[in-house]
Amino acid sequence: MSTLAASMQSDDAHEHHEHHENNTVFGFWLYLMTDCLLFASFFATYAVLFMNTAGGVSGKDIFELNFVALETAALLVSSITFGFAMLCAQKQNRKAALSWLAVTWVLGASFIGMEVYEFHHLIIHGHGPQTSAFLTAFFSLVGLHGLHVTAGLVWMTIMFIEVSRRGLPDQTVTRLSCLSLFWHFLDIVWICVFTVVYLMGAM
Amino acid sequence: MALHDSKTIAPGDVKEHSHTDDHGDIKSYIIGFVLSIVLTAIPFTLVIGGEYSKVTTIYSVVTLGLVQIWVHLKYFLHLNFVTEEGRANTFSFLFSALIILMVVGLSVWIIYESNAMMMY
Repeated sequence: MSTLAASMQSDDAHEHHEHHENNTVFGFWLYLMTDCLLFASFFATYAVLFMNTAGGVSGKDIFELNFVALETAALLVSSITFGFAMLCAQKQNRKAALSWLAVTWVLGASFIGMEVYEFHHLIIHGHGPQTSAFLTAFFSLVGLHGLHVTAGLVWMTIMFIEVSRRGLPDQTVTRLSCLSLFWHFLDIVWICVFTVVYLMGAM
Repeated sequence: MALHDSKTIAPGDVKEHSHTDDHGDIKSYIIGFVLSIVLTAIPFTLVIGGEYSKVTTIYSVVTLGLVQIWVHLKYFLHLNFVTEEGRANTFSFLFSALIILMVVGLSVWIIYESNAMMMY
């Protein structure tokens, strides 16, 4: 395959290069699809266990919807700011891309901050994950999403350093594209979380 | 601010156009953002207000959630059936969606049925 490409003319070589980048992004997309399955199994666990409160609190007693709405807002706004960062990156506007990345990072970090506060609040009031099957499933599902967002923040920090040092060559833009898929994907998972866990739980 | 500056530099550039096709432009992000804000605000209002019956609220919340997922897939993740890349992504997503439907749907079905059986 590569010897074939080498024998081709420069136009074709460029096409091959683009094709390679598309493959990278597509491969990352396939990883995200398997990640979907991981989340699906956690959702299935939650759906099966959420009524088993062992005589303790249920979702209705512990969910603060106004607080969750605030978390959701932070994540949604961070989605569009990452979109702006990508558009700037594609236009090779390094400074603007870096500022939008920074804004996205702050929004993502405030989401995680709010989630950690919520978990801490629940645990100190005696509603820790060991209390009932419902709370175990709740902490696992929401915590899994939180861990993904945290990983996204670490990745974003690394990309921030990379962009500020190396600028925006094709390879870096490809990496940013993968991170943007990851970030928007986590937003979709969060839609499922707030719909299934918080809204339907608080009814 | 910086976005508009950089936007005026680019028009007419062929490479730019192909990128716009693949990754959307500022307009599609803003449409997606406004739609997702609306589609988030409505279910939260419905549940916090609690004006409608539980069944109506559940159906509305789930429907709005599904619509919002579609909005995100279309405007933020740029899934489509038009470009080759978009098709590959879309079909792999649809396949995962099928598996998810089976994993979640069948687990819930089996467990709830077995719960119901044990009542009698």
